[in-house]
Amino acid sequence: MSRLDRDDWGPALFDGGTAVQAGLTRRDFIRATLTATGALLISASLVPRVLRAEATSVQTSLDPRQTNAIGLFIRIDQDGTTHIGARAPEIGQGVNTSLPMIIAEEMDADWSKVKVEQLPFGIVRIDAEPGVTWKYGPQGAGGSTSIPDAWTDLRQVGARVRWVLLHAAASHWNAAVDNLRTESGAVIHSDGRRVNYAALIGAAARAAWPTEDVATKAPKDYRLIGSAQPQVALREIVTGKAQFGIDARMPDALVAVVARCPNFDGELVSFDASAALKIPGVREVLALPGPKSGEPIIANLAPGVAVLADDTWSALKGRAALKIVWSDGPWRDESSAALDAQCTELLKGKGFRCREDGDFDAARNRAARVVEAVYRVPFVSHCPLEPQNACVHVEADRVRIIAPMQQPAGASRLANQITGVDRFNIEVQMTRVGGGFGRRLSNDFVAEAVLLSQLSKRPIRLLWTREDDLRHDYFRPFGHHHMLATLDQDQQVTGWAHRLASASKYYRRPNMPEDQMWAAELYPDDFPAALLPNLRMEWFGVKSGMTRGSWRAPAHTANAFAVQSFVDEVAHAAGKDPVAFRLELLGKPRQIPYSGHGGPMFETGRLSEVLRRAAKNIGWGREMPKGRGLGIAAHFTFGGYAAHAMEVSAGEGGAYRIERCVCVVDVGRPINRLGIDAQMMGGTIDGISTAQALEIHIDKGRVVEGNFDTYPLLQLAAAPDVEVEIIDSERAPSGAGEMGIPTAAPALANALFAATGKRLRSMPFAAQRWTLGS
Amino acid sequence: MIRFTLNGKQATFDGDASMPLLWYLRDHAGLTGSKYGCGIGLCGACTVHVDGAAVRSCSFPISAAESRNVLTIEGLAGDSLHVVQQAWIAEDVPQCGYCQAGQIMAAVDLLKRQPEPTDADIDTLTNLCRCGTYPRIRRAIKRAALMARSGGSA
Repeated sequence: MSRLDRDDWGPALFDGGTAVQAGLTRRDFIRATLTATGALLISASLVPRVLRAEATSVQTSLDPRQTNAIGLFIRIDQDGTTHIGARAPEIGQGVNTSLPMIIAEEMDADWSKVKVEQLPFGIVRIDAEPGVTWKYGPQGAGGSTSIPDAWTDLRQVGARVRWVLLHAAASHWNAAVDNLRTESGAVIHSDGRRVNYAALIGAAARAAWPTEDVATKAPKDYRLIGSAQPQVALREIVTGKAQFGIDARMPDALVAVVARCPNFDGELVSFDASAALKIPGVREVLALPGPKSGEPIIANLAPGVAVLADDTWSALKGRAALKIVWSDGPWRDESSAALDAQCTELLKGKGFRCREDGDFDAARNRAARVVEAVYRVPFVSHCPLEPQNACVHVEADRVRIIAPMQQPAGASRLANQITGVDRFNIEVQMTRVGGGFGRRLSNDFVAEAVLLSQLSKRPIRLLWTREDDLRHDYFRPFGHHHMLATLDQDQQVTGWAHRLASASKYYRRPNMPEDQMWAAELYPDDFPAALLPNLRMEWFGVKSGMTRGSWRAPAHTANAFAVQSFVDEVAHAAGKDPVAFRLELLGKPRQIPYSGHGGPMFETGRLSEVLRRAAKNIGWGREMPKGRGLGIAAHFTFGGYAAHAMEVSAGEGGAYRIERCVCVVDVGRPINRLGIDAQMMGGTIDGISTAQALEIHIDKGRVVEGNFDTYPLLQLAAAPDVEVEIIDSERAPSGAGEMGIPTAAPALANALFAATGKRLRSMPFAAQRWTLGS
Repeated sequence: MIRFTLNGKQATFDGDASMPLLWYLRDHAGLTGSKYGCGIGLCGACTVHVDGAAVRSCSFPISAAESRNVLTIEGLAGDSLHVVQQAWIAEDVPQCGYCQAGQIMAAVDLLKRQPEPTDADIDTLTNLCRCGTYPRIRRAIKRAALMARSGGSA
């Protein structure tokens, strides 16, 4: 398999292994993907393959039922209905609309006649190691990569379909291709004749394919790309017909719920299932092994006892009737307070230097002034509204998986590792996903269902309750950020240090050496790297039994909060305007090498531009009445540039309102403006919600919170409108799923400082008695 | 035996009377549009109507449905979509979509009680949306109120 996981965002569970073995770099990965897709398109000319929702095994012979397919992604019905395959998991980020838009644009389909179908997970054999590659191209949702990946290969998919249709029309009319053009689902001859794609489908389905890449459209000819399209599943969603993972059914499946060990790395000592087994509907109670303490987490997160029943209610009642003894495990003394103390202690020493430009110590020694602050970022949960679930049937030589996933390749590999069934006999169907946020990059819930189906020899419909979901997550890492800036006599910044003590996201990953754990926590090319002569980034590893993972825009949410709040502090200390100060640091527009995900270049001018526009849109610089303040922040996330500016009013006792909230984003060429607007709006509200009120606490080596009463997501009343401006860029597009979140929290904290003079350095703000009202 | 009306049709259930209505709908009636989110009536993803009023079905025992009218998202539309559903489409509200059936059922209930809702009225809705679609929900409710007053067109 090509590299499905990228270390800078993915959890690498089960996915990193093959990538490491195959020795693929990201560059190789892109090349392999292109080659694979190209090869597939060519082979499709010989063997028309189909969009089959129910199968993932590769079609090796022509399917007689499907004579209207052109390649792997397109089917056209006689009435002109054009079915376009959507390959990526739809987690609410809108890719089932935006990716097909790219194909439709290049093939000149009539968008009003397009029906989008979710493709299953697909792999094909290749001779080279590791023996398989993508059938449809990359099929993950993470790191805001779906759009840039699609830009790389799906434009070519659409262009080749158009090429085939053009040549079919040329044969049909015995005309020269040069005299033909396409428009909205039809080929048009220069003499005015017109033939719809549907009429050409018979010939096109048998036609030869281009053997090399064909020309894609000039951007000036785009009709769909850059427009504002509602998402394609609206009608299904508003009528309750959209199928999420939790809605999947398999005949004769038993519902499974699992009581999991609440103690980090605790073990199952004993259990008594006699009362549970007496509950009507309960069929079986099974012990589920967990990972060994300290070893990589290969399958499920914790040991458990599973209740298998005829329906959900029986299973839940059965679980409540279990009597279980768990061991405390090695982390029984861990608590949130102890972790805070650990950070404070660690930061007194010397950590791992991730980046060292110039000589920060010398800059500090000769500084006229040192500004210093510590920021705290708590553990938080992904908390997707659809809790984890999976439908799985393991048979002797076959596995079927239907689940809400962000990384179906990981599920496929995992099922293969657990059962030994050949990967080509493992069907993986991703459903619409009730929120991802990075939680479903991990496939532990799929592993549980695979294990339970294997043990019980029955199809299993696994359901996690909200409490299960909130207590057994791969949480966003917790950390303390010690920030320092040195100023000279002229109030110029001469040095900068970001010293972070955190519990790395790279938690018990296979093939992850200890000395690389920092790389998930500090991104060494992030602002203000390369903008100052003396800069240090230093990391300290916090020991914690808490499972950690990738939470939307991973380290950017923590680091942008610390950096963009601290820039504000330094600006005030230097007596400078926070916008002007940032622009001064960014300097003249230029490209700076960026080695992390979202590179290879960071363009200072693009960050300056979103900052300037956010300032303009909020009315930066105007006189504010008492109790009102403006705050701003800007950050580069995974190839996209975003800025937030907020206006807040604060009353007595910590009560505040967000009066206005603006967001400006440059994600390169916009694909679907309505989708980008939605992602920025949602990211902003996610950022505000999390900064204001959310924290997962630890007590006695287990998670404290369990449901929305103690983990209070923001409600409608307190959610501000978000005024989004999308830059009309002509650069290659980045994704948009994560850029909207990192700058929301620091812009809010900076606005609250401007309004009250109080600096919020610890999230969530509610813990310091700040309340966000409507 | 519990007897009630479900989306306009007679329904009966002779299983565990303490079963929450939500699990009856999802596991026994084949109606999966109402969603499980928290199980304790906080998130509202399971919102349905009982005798025309919004109820969180995860915390509503099926025994309480005896002789009453239950309406789920699947039964909301008549020959054409309900104005709230139309408004949701017009405003492109959903992202992941998981909470939206519950949001729509709550909004329909609100508009019954407050046909011309103010922002403060809309603020009383407590259904959770993890994707942060709230601003579009607010706009869609206002649009639906306008549509209802002008006879169903936007």
